[in-house]
Amino acid sequence: MIHARKLSRNFTVKKETIEAVRGVDIDVPAGQLIAFLGPNGAGKSTTLRMLTTLLPPTAGTATVAGADIATDPAGVRARIGYVGQKNSAGEDYRVRDELVAQGRSYGFTWAGARRRADEVLDRLELAPFAKRKPGTLSGGQRRRLDIAMGLVHRPDLLFLDEPSTGLDPQSRADIWAHILRLRGEYGMTLFLTTHYLEEADRMAERVVVIDHGQIIADGTAEQLKQDLAGDHITVTTHDEADAATAAEVAARFARPDAVSRDGTAVRARVPHATAALPEYLRALDEAGVKAATADTERPTLDDVFLALTGRSLRENDTETPAA
Amino acid sequence: MSMKFVNDTGTVFVREFTPALREPLGLLITMGQPLLFLLLFGSQLDGAVAFGGGVSPWQWFVPGILVMMCLFGPMGAGYNLLIDMMGGAMERMLVTPMNRAAMLIGRTLKESVILLVQAALIIAIAMPMGFRLYPVGVVAGLVLLVVFGVGLGALSFVLAIKAQPSGSLFWIVTQVLMFPLLLLSGVLLPMDAAPAWLRAASVVNPVTHIVDAERALFAGDIADVSVLYGLVSATAIAVVGLVWGTRLMRRGI
Repeated sequence: MIHARKLSRNFTVKKETIEAVRGVDIDVPAGQLIAFLGPNGAGKSTTLRMLTTLLPPTAGTATVAGADIATDPAGVRARIGYVGQKNSAGEDYRVRDELVAQGRSYGFTWAGARRRADEVLDRLELAPFAKRKPGTLSGGQRRRLDIAMGLVHRPDLLFLDEPSTGLDPQSRADIWAHILRLRGEYGMTLFLTTHYLEEADRMAERVVVIDHGQIIADGTAEQLKQDLAGDHITVTTHDEADAATAAEVAARFARPDAVSRDGTAVRARVPHATAALPEYLRALDEAGVKAATADTERPTLDDVFLALTGRSLRENDTETPAA
Repeated sequence: MSMKFVNDTGTVFVREFTPALREPLGLLITMGQPLLFLLLFGSQLDGAVAFGGGVSPWQWFVPGILVMMCLFGPMGAGYNLLIDMMGGAMERMLVTPMNRAAMLIGRTLKESVILLVQAALIIAIAMPMGFRLYPVGVVAGLVLLVVFGVGLGALSFVLAIKAQPSGSLFWIVTQVLMFPLLLLSGVLLPMDAAPAWLRAASVVNPVTHIVDAERALFAGDIADVSVLYGLVSATAIAVVGLVWGTRLMRRGI
């Protein structure tokens, strides 16, 4: 569905060249739900804007839904849907009027566009708001409208740029329920960007981590966590001598460099923490060490990001984007 | 012109026009404003300026007021685009396969339609007051105005695109440009009485030539040389505006 090679984009800001996207290669098979994960300014949106023909690349090529973004942008546009970060319905227009205009933009007849507008209004539970202006809708309703706009022409591939950003948890869950249901109904390929780790973790079949304009990891959330962060077990003892012994014992379960001790706390990275912990405790017993507390930690995608970049995505979340 | 281009232009035009039809009060006020101008200002002209030859001042004033409206309407068209760009509406349209030039022209057509209705109203009101109607000249004059308006509208879109993201550049440029263009064009008063330097400035103002052309056309002088100058000015503005605007949209906003 998507084949991108060496996709790059530079911006010139105050005579300085900024490489926003640096040689992105990506292949997305039909039907996949793929999440682009990265901090603000990592190049997620810029990549998306290139794939959706909004922005010509500085270098590199891509075919999207069978058409080349450079030589046949109209072909790409006809086959993809796009839900941008901002609200896609104009402020001064009624909800249904905008959906009709959207259908017309994709070559529907007026009658066909009206019929389809009513369909998507129903599908996204927006029918009661057909005559309202977007400004009178709640954040979650507006986002549903954006998705409805992106689905009017039944695209095979839908791009969603931060679909749930800025929504309250309930609306986020609601938007996701709609996205997943529609995906089931239409069999679409979904390509979305997010900086919500939990979202990428729970929803996406494949997570692509991007940082400083380059892809730094690509796989299922499980794979990434397993390969790049791993499970950890943590045990504390009553004194440091015990802790030292405990660390030696831990080395039998994990690679020596994956064991660390801090005072009376021993932390070890192991393949499967929940299975390893009981065994480890038994081994400690045999060695005459009494554990005071024991805990397992499953990694999050943030740990993956931390392992890859030395930075936490969460810290980045709260930072304002660099000027 | 392909069918798709015509369809897309129609779609954009209908989208732009629908809110006005949904809330016609704003439309009525827009339509009414030039009439106010005509009655309140035009009536003062009636006695104040001697036009000679027994020509009604309305003959002179009506085309001027139409050009003035043609400046305000299309220049304001960029404002709607600015709003659509600051939200996500423009981006959403750019992702559709819609024709790029149609997106610009469809938007300016709304102003053109309003302008034509306003023109009809103004002429209808001015006729009992002494305005003489030369149908061929008036139709030619309105076509010229629409060409000028589409060009101005497109330039206003260029400005709106360049003014992103804050939009303040749009206001600065339109406010700084609008009145000199208007005052130097002789829309309100004949330039004949102006000092030499002002007249020189007036000659390089494209709006002057359009005003002159409109006056000739509304007086029925279709073959007047000023019509040619006006046509060249309006066409040049339209071509520059549309080429520039379409290019900007292709390159990514």
